[in-house]
Parts: sequence; C-alpha cells; structure tokens
Amino acid sequence: MTNGNHIEKFQDPGLPEHIHRKADHDEKAAKKAERQVAILFLLSAVGTVLAIGSYIFMPQDLVIFIPIMGDQNAAQLCLGLGIAMATFFLGMGAVHWAKTLMPDTEVVAERHEFRSEEEDREAFVATVKEQGGSAGLGRRTLIKRSLGLAGGLAALTPIVMLRDLGPQPKKQLNTTSWVSGTRLVTDPGDRPIKPSDLEVGAVAQVLPALKAGEERTLENVGKDAVLLIRLNPNEFNLDSERLSWTHDGIIAFSKICSHMGCAVALYEQQTKHLLCPCHQSTFDVTRAAKVIFGPAARPLPQLAITIDSEGYLIAKQPFTEPVGPSFWERNTK
Amino acid sequence: MSQKERIAGGVANYIDERTGAAKWLNKNLKKVFPDHWSFMLGEVALYSFIILLLSGTFLTFWFDPSQRDVIYNGSYMPLQHVQMSAAYASTLHISFDVRGGLLMRQIHHWAALLFMAAIIAHLLRVFFTGAFRKPREANWLIGVGLVTLGIVEGFLGYSLPDDLLSGTGIRIAEAILQAIPVVGSYIAFFAFGGAFPGHVFIPRIYTVHVLLLPGAFLALITIHLMLVWYQKHTQYPGPGRTEKNVVGYPLMPVYMAKAGGFFGIVFGVTAFLGAVASINPIWLYGPYTPGQISAGSQPDFYMGWLDGLVRMSPPIETHAFGHTISWNILIPGLIVPGILFTGMALYPFIESYISGDKREHHLLDRPRNVPNRTALGAMSLTFMMVSLINGGNDLIATHFHLSINQIMWMSRIGIFVLPPLAFVITKRICLSLQRADRDLVLHGRETGRLVMLPHGEFVEVHEPISAEKAWTLTSHEQPRAIPNVSEDVNGVAKPKAVRNKLRSRMSVANAEQAPAATATEAKELEGGHH
Repeated sequence: MTNGNHIEKFQDPGLPEHIHRKADHDEKAAKKAERQVAILFLLSAVGTVLAIGSYIFMPQDLVIFIPIMGDQNAAQLCLGLGIAMATFFLGMGAVHWAKTLMPDTEVVAERHEFRSEEEDREAFVATVKEQGGSAGLGRRTLIKRSLGLAGGLAALTPIVMLRDLGPQPKKQLNTTSWVSGTRLVTDPGDRPIKPSDLEVGAVAQVLPALKAGEERTLENVGKDAVLLIRLNPNEFNLDSERLSWTHDGIIAFSKICSHMGCAVALYEQQTKHLLCPCHQSTFDVTRAAKVIFGPAARPLPQLAITIDSEGYLIAKQPFTEPVGPSFWERNTK
Repeated sequence: MSQKERIAGGVANYIDERTGAAKWLNKNLKKVFPDHWSFMLGEVALYSFIILLLSGTFLTFWFDPSQRDVIYNGSYMPLQHVQMSAAYASTLHISFDVRGGLLMRQIHHWAALLFMAAIIAHLLRVFFTGAFRKPREANWLIGVGLVTLGIVEGFLGYSLPDDLLSGTGIRIAEAILQAIPVVGSYIAFFAFGGAFPGHVFIPRIYTVHVLLLPGAFLALITIHLMLVWYQKHTQYPGPGRTEKNVVGYPLMPVYMAKAGGFFGIVFGVTAFLGAVASINPIWLYGPYTPGQISAGSQPDFYMGWLDGLVRMSPPIETHAFGHTISWNILIPGLIVPGILFTGMALYPFIESYISGDKREHHLLDRPRNVPNRTALGAMSLTFMMVSLINGGNDLIATHFHLSINQIMWMSRIGIFVLPPLAFVITKRICLSLQRADRDLVLHGRETGRLVMLPHGEFVEVHEPISAEKAWTLTSHEQPRAIPNVSEDVNGVAKPKAVRNKLRSRMSVANAEQAPAATATEAKELEGGHH
C-alpha cells in the first residue's frame, strides 16, 4: 500500500485436494456402508408393513394413551408412523448410498457468459429491428393504435362476463331484519325474552323473531345478531336519546363488529367492555359502545328496545345505521 | 460387457433412436450442481408442493365443496344432528369415517405450512446471498409470484372446511373487499353471489384452490426450475470457484439419489407430523355461523403478519360526501402489503441501478460483504416479525399475563422504530465482521496459547490461516460508489440533477465497507512484527 506500489491480492490456490472416504479404498468399509444402506431400506419396508397392516387389521376406534401426546387413535397413529417410516428411511437409504458409495469427487464444469459473440448479437439485433420494422409497427401508427384499442377492448369481455357472479348490493348492506315491534328471541332456541330473564351483569345473544313460515339464513344472522347486556341503570353514561333506547338497564348492540364484521363476543363484566377477538377493538358498553381501543373506527350500532304488552322485549325501531364493516356507499357517520 | 451394462446400453439406445437426444441427454445427465445445505431450502418447497398435490388429490375424493345445509349424521357424537354445510360435514367425514383421512388432512396442512416456510427461507437465502442478480432477475420475479400465490392458496385451502375459525377468516377477507373504494360492495357481492356468507363462495374458491392456482404453480415452478437448469446454479465463493465455472457433483447418479432421497425424507417428516401433531381440529370449532366466534382466532403463520398489521392500525375512517373510506382496513390490508411486495419484486433492479453493476454474477455474496443489502433484509424481516407478533398479541397477552393494549402500543411504535434500528445495527455488525475477517487474514487465528516472553510480557500465539481460507475471506468484490457528476466537462449542468444526486448518495451508502486484506499488507505486517 505504501509508495504507490502495486497492491498484491491473495491468489486463488485452486480446488483443495480431494480427501477420499474410507469406503473409497477400504472394501470392508464399503461393505459396511452397503449394509447400512440395506438396513435403512429394510426399515422402510417395515414401515410399509406397519402402515398397511394397521390400515387393514387395526380397529378404527381403538384409543391408546401415549405419554405427552395423551389419548391417540391407534390406527391413525400407526398408519401415519408407518408411512413416515416407509418414506423417511427410503430417502435416508438413498442419501446414505449417495454419500458413502457414489463418486464424491467434485467435478468442475465450465460456465459461459450468456451474452453471445458480438457478431451473433448484432445479427440478432438487426433481425429484430429489420423484421420488426418490416411489419411497420413503428411507422404505421394507425395500425398500432387500432391494435391497442382492439386488444384492450378484447380483454374487457372476460371481465364483463363475470358480472353474473352475483347481484348488485342495492340496499342490502344498509338494512337488517329488525323493524319496529320485532321480538327479541334467544339464539339458539328462538324463545322470546322478558327483562326478568336477564340478571344484572348478564349477557345474551338474540336474533329477531321469525315470522310464520320464515327460515333463518346465515345471511340474516350475519346482519341481525344482537348482544343484550344488563347493567345497573345508573352505570350508563348516555345522552337522553340513547338512554331511552335502553330498557330497565338492558342495552342492545349489533354483535357484528363495525371494523371487519367478526362477532364481538367477549364481554368483560368488571370493566363493562366488549372486545372483538379478531382485532381487539374494544367498545365501552356504558358509553353506547364507544371505541376505546383498537382499529375499529365506529361504535357498534345500538338497537332501541322496549317491551310489548305481554312484557317481552321488542325492538322500538330498526337500526338507525348500517351494521357491520364500512363500505363505500355508507352514508352515516 | 455384463448383463446389466447391456440392459443400460439398450435403454439409452432405445431412447436415442426415438428422440435423437443422445447428445443433449448425455450432457445433462452429467450436469454439475454445487453442494450446500442452503440450496436444499428450495428443494423442500418443491417436495412439499408434490406432497400437497398427492395428499390434496386424496382429500378431493371425499370433500364436498358445497354450502348446502345438511344435518350431520356421522360418527363424531358431539355434532350429531347439528345443521351445517356439506363442506363441513364432509370434512368431518374425512376426519372420522375415512381410514387415514385425518392423517391425510393433517399431512396436507403440515405440508402447506412447510411449503410456505421453505419458500420464505429459500427467498431469504436468495436475497441475502445476492443470487437474484443478473442474469437471474426473472427467476426472482417468478419466486415473488410464487410466494404471493402461496399465501392466497394457503388461505383458500384452510377456508374450505367452512368451520367457525375459517369462516371468520372469510368474513375478514369479505370486509377487505368491501372496503375498496367505489367498487368494494359490488366486488364483495359478486364474489359471494350476494350477501355474506351466501352459498357459492366455498364452491368457487374450491375451483381456484384445486385447479387454477395449482396449475399456475405448476407452470411457474416449471419455468423456475428450467431457468435454474439453463442458467446453472450459483455457488458460494471459495478456492477453485470462479464466475466461469461450477464446482459440484454430477446429476447422475449423485444428485438423482440425493434429491430423490431427500424427497423421501421430507415426505417422511411431514407424515410424522401428520401422525403425531394435531393441526386444525375443525371438529372442535363447530360449523360456521356469522353470529359466533371462538376466542384466540388466529390465521396460519404466513397470514399472521397481515392480521397483525390490521390489528395495530389506528381507527381512521374518512366520512365525506356521503361516502366512507376505511383507511384502517385499506392501509394495512392492501396498501402496505402492495408496497412491500412491489418493492420486493423490484429489488434486483433497484440494487443494480444504485450500484451501477450490470454484470453477470454466479458467485454468491457472503451477507457481511454486502452490508447495505443485508441491513435492508434485516429491516424488512424486523417489520414482518413485529407484524407477526402483533398478529398473535391476544395469545401472547393471555399466555404471559400481559396487557393486550400495551402489546398493541409496543407494536404500533415498534413497527416504525425497530426496522430502521435493525438496519443500523445489522450494517454495523456486517462492517465489524468484515473487519474481523481482515484481522483474521492479517494476524492469523488466535490459538489460545499464551507465551511468556523473556522480558515477562505475555502474548497469545497467532497461527497463520490457510491459503484457501485467506482466499475465501478476501476474494469478494469491493464495490465503488458512483460519483455524483453534476456538470459535464464543459461546465454545463447535467439533466436529472436530483435523481443523479440521490443515486450517488445511495450508491455511497451501498459501497460502505472495510477494505479486504491484501497479500501486500500481510507481507508488510510479517516484515514489521510477529
């Protein structure tokens, strides 16, 4: 480095000398390796016998206890272990064979740059230019543009043809089955509920009562599911309108998360928080399901409830906003 | 000539007389592949793909991809007489009433996890060793395509049984579709044939899962392997290994035996896992209904980072002009993943632009010798790990008795702070390792032997390293930064000044290094002391 002398780099010493394996020159070692390979192949064969044997002869409902793993279905376990042995030892045998007995001298192959000889390249480039040019794509702009138009349009057809995959959303994302006077019924069970069925601190999942001849679909459950929670009325921290939507300490929220539509199912009785298990959005029940943590941007819609003449809980009015996750056409805050 | 040789000769002759491929086959049977454990990662991915095809075909013989309602009447008692979809009922049938059915389901699921894990490990190997450089950019792009399709294929696969857990995953996917501005609700309604969940989604994704995507995989994997074949495999630097050669073992017989054997080993390990390790016990979750959920809902690991990003997103929505835009879904669910995967796909071109290196490369880099790239990789990995950990924040909170709110806040801050920190630390570590290499070459190996000199001083004896090792540690390239020339020779300002300046800046950062030791320096030191 000093005096501006030429800096000498370390030189490539070339491939290190090959070290032969014991089996390469010792016939005894080679025989031993051969026996090892054979043992591995035989273990594989034992595995296949185990697999087929357990498939055919082992009762399907035999449960055996295995430490750590607990109760296991014996047939399933033996079949799996048999297949595992059969394939694993077959593989091990082949690899051991390759490593001990097949030639292990490293071979050197030449590698050539992909770039061709200058002459060939020029000829190739010329061909592309000339033949491409002879088609006149660059010159004849009318052809180029109309081709682009036609090609682009042709690609539209398959997209348009996907139209019949489903109906338009129309107002379906905005509405639920809840209307004024719909009874709240238990899910499951479809029994109407009286306020006295719920103790303070209790939670219940409810659905709108079915009209005669109506069937409950999953699409409806996905929009209609409602959680009832009963608190002490003085625990609420609501404006007068929202307070009037509750009945005797019972408050009702859509169970479908306003973030991504999961069922908001975890209720912490002490803090009076509802937690969505998908993304941990947390809603404060006492403050009309206000979001106090997590990615949800809106409270859970509240359902106004009251009781009918027979004392059963009913919806006072439909939801005043769409339930579930946001979408482009959603109009209310 | 022995009997066996005659048969072998006969086979070769038979093939050649019908194809005329003797020359080509001869050349390719002797094709040389370099050997290194890290080259097996891609192989694991390939073999688990084959296992997926085999076990998946088995499952299709019984699986009924239909959402029509049925009443379960199989041998799993707790769900007797429960209403469910045919998809879920047939999955129960496979699990309890088809001999080896549960085993195959579990092998299929474990193989899928192994497939994704192997792809990711292979991708990291290719990235950190610079195997994506010219002429292999196309194969890098195919690889990015494969990992993306793999995530989709895996998600569709575990969605098929229509159990409570997977249905929740579909619900979240539907919410992402619905959040797309302008056309979101239409796309969601078209995909689901109406309101969620509908009766057509499972049959539709079944076709995609068993036909469309496997076909795409087969095509892409074939091109991927043909390119590896044609361009010849890269190799690690070392004595005797150059840009102009490949050092390794011939395909026949060594690699045929090793690769075939390795397939058996991978199959064996997957079958072992399928036999002893329960995975996705859908009978415990129950059939899907939108009104229910199980606590601790988790996607498979390759989706976990996405879920983690969605979880940590702040609650931002725009409400204006009668429309809603859910940034809390769009940013973590579509925009950030889009940027990440586009950046990953373009990386070979970005690096080549910054370094100005347009040459072919067949010798791999040791990660420490390319500090900037290695640091960038560590940064991306850190980003993914923070997201992934946040994707399991509820389980971490319950297992370790921590507050979920604190974990979420740690992730929200960590996702911005930790990746840059990882970049700086990794780059420093790489440069330190380069200096350590330099010291090793110039001063030799520490033997641990202490010697007392006549005047009482203690010194540790250093032993010179072998010529092979010295070559391995010093043969790497020393990149040079591209200077920023703002004016040409006549003093006229060059166009694109900002771009050139930026490129030059990045190039300087890219070229930061500890100079490799040279023989000249070694000799000077020898003359000086020791």
